[in-house]
Amino acid sequence: MTSRTRRTSRTSTSRTSTSRTSTSRTSAVRPRRSRTSGPARAGQYLALLAYLVFLAFPFLWLISTSFKPARELGSLHPTWVPEDPTLANYRQAFDEQPLLEAAGNSLIAALSAAVVAVVIATPMAYVMARHRTLLARAATGWVVVSQAFPFVLVIIPLFLVLKNLHLINSLPGLIMVYVVWALPFALWMLVGYVRAVPAELEEAAAVDGASRLRTLVSVTAPLLAPGIVATALFAFITAWNEFFFALVLLKTPEKQTLPVVLTHFIGAEGTADLGPLAAAAFLATLPSLVVFAVIQKRITGGMLAGAVKS
Amino acid sequence: MTLATAKQRSGKGRRKAKGRGRAPGKSAPPGGVLDHGAWFLVLPALLPILVLSVGPLLYGISLAFTDSQSGRTEPTEWIGLLNFQDLLHDTLFWDSFRIGLLWAVGVTVPQFLLALGLALLLSQNLRFRWLARSLAIVPWAMPEVVVGIMWRLVYNPDAGILNETLRDLGLGDGRDWLTGIGSALPAVIVVGVWAGMPQTTVALLAGLQNVPRELHEAAEMDGAGAWRRFRTVTWPALKPIALAITALNFIWNFNSFALVYVLTNGGPGGRTRLPMLFAYEEAFRYGQFGYAAAMGCVMVAVISVLLAVYLVGRLRGGDER
Repeated sequence: MTSRTRRTSRTSTSRTSTSRTSTSRTSAVRPRRSRTSGPARAGQYLALLAYLVFLAFPFLWLISTSFKPARELGSLHPTWVPEDPTLANYRQAFDEQPLLEAAGNSLIAALSAAVVAVVIATPMAYVMARHRTLLARAATGWVVVSQAFPFVLVIIPLFLVLKNLHLINSLPGLIMVYVVWALPFALWMLVGYVRAVPAELEEAAAVDGASRLRTLVSVTAPLLAPGIVATALFAFITAWNEFFFALVLLKTPEKQTLPVVLTHFIGAEGTADLGPLAAAAFLATLPSLVVFAVIQKRITGGMLAGAVKS
Repeated sequence: MTLATAKQRSGKGRRKAKGRGRAPGKSAPPGGVLDHGAWFLVLPALLPILVLSVGPLLYGISLAFTDSQSGRTEPTEWIGLLNFQDLLHDTLFWDSFRIGLLWAVGVTVPQFLLALGLALLLSQNLRFRWLARSLAIVPWAMPEVVVGIMWRLVYNPDAGILNETLRDLGLGDGRDWLTGIGSALPAVIVVGVWAGMPQTTVALLAGLQNVPRELHEAAEMDGAGAWRRFRTVTWPALKPIALAITALNFIWNFNSFALVYVLTNGGPGGRTRLPMLFAYEEAFRYGQFGYAAAMGCVMVAVISVLLAVYLVGRLRGGDER
């Protein structure tokens, strides 16, 4: 019970922005700068810079490549900044592969999967957080174990089942798979968010005569809403980025999602038309990056809650 | 604002609840039985989990004991352990398995060390920390396929930045990293490390919040150096999360597929053919469902053993504290 108390308080501090300002305030009051000597501090900045360079340079190179004309891509001395930037690669990318259709498929699959996953996961997460029953424990166990499945062991039977239902090479089939695939992490995050909503509020509502459903809808749901949105957006990103299931389940180009279509730019012998490839890859990343920027803080918060748990 | 105050109140409430003891009637029904309302809440998620996750998993395991193939007309038959016997003598599979372990360890260990360094840096009171934190987790948002494509461009023998940098530094002409027999696996391992660093860093940053600040300061007063403080104060608090995230990383890395599929598709000559790629080809190129399922079972078995070891390690870590 003590651990539970500690967990709750930690969860709440990790997610409120007030805690961040308070930590920086304490460190400002305590003479931190005098503690770390000048050279050591410089070393820290240098190390941080090295990390950022390592993490950023492939992406910058992708962007740079996407604006290079074919002549520069063939040259033996590529430059960081395109000498003669062009949008031709972007045009060519759309000509070579059905990118718009693929983006539409990805959008439908990711949106539906995210919405369905969150709609069914939220009530379950609520029960898992509030009731310490055998079922809740089994569900937690499943969340952990599901991380260890090699996808092959799941996809072969799923493939056979979906084939019997004539759901191979169809988006609904893929969406069903994505929903279940997104559930473990959605449950994991949502349980953390539910725990952060005080049960006392619900009890107070019950004392005031609100029905159980009424309590959930008008007390719990509004408090949970930000967490639910963050979870849905995270599910969206994972589905948007997913490759393996889409590769196995979608056969014809007009049904395929963006990641699968992207691989078509790479020829059978591993040769690729670099410019259009880079342009398409860059475009395919943008939606994830935008969504990620929106929820970034909450994701780290959710991870914190989940990671600190148990 | 309301959320924050509500949370604060919850903290107080919990403490009160603690004073009352277990308070069984509070929100959990006694005896751990769900009432009708709770079942109503659970079922929408439980049914898909059972039908599309637990069911297929059991079905998949059972397939490993059959001669199931794609596009066959005669009914599938039970063949007992025959698949596993074949697998035992399948040197290609064990080569792939060995490469998988090499890859998983080769990615997980540097991933952890680098992420630990980054997390420690990001927990320092540095300027631009917010920017660094945001940038550091960008790879997380990228589709694995795009990560693979990106690094193909970096590794490209002619138009790639890596060889160009080597040439500029006068370190030779560079090479074709992804098709070289010796360089392919190290090259894809670097990509694996890069791709998995953000999650690990975020998890470790979370762990660093557990480190008691006062203890750190007390140790410093007593004249403990940075390394000493890390070992005696930071690490004990960080250890549970470090163990958890490395174990998860190991599993995820061992099961990874898309990165290597895009980078090398298992080549050259199978040097980067991870078990997942091998099983995928067996199942969906050659249609050997039963045999591929047996491979999946072997992978699960190995992973389970590793999970068990990890759990034991975690429990022991808990005792020490």
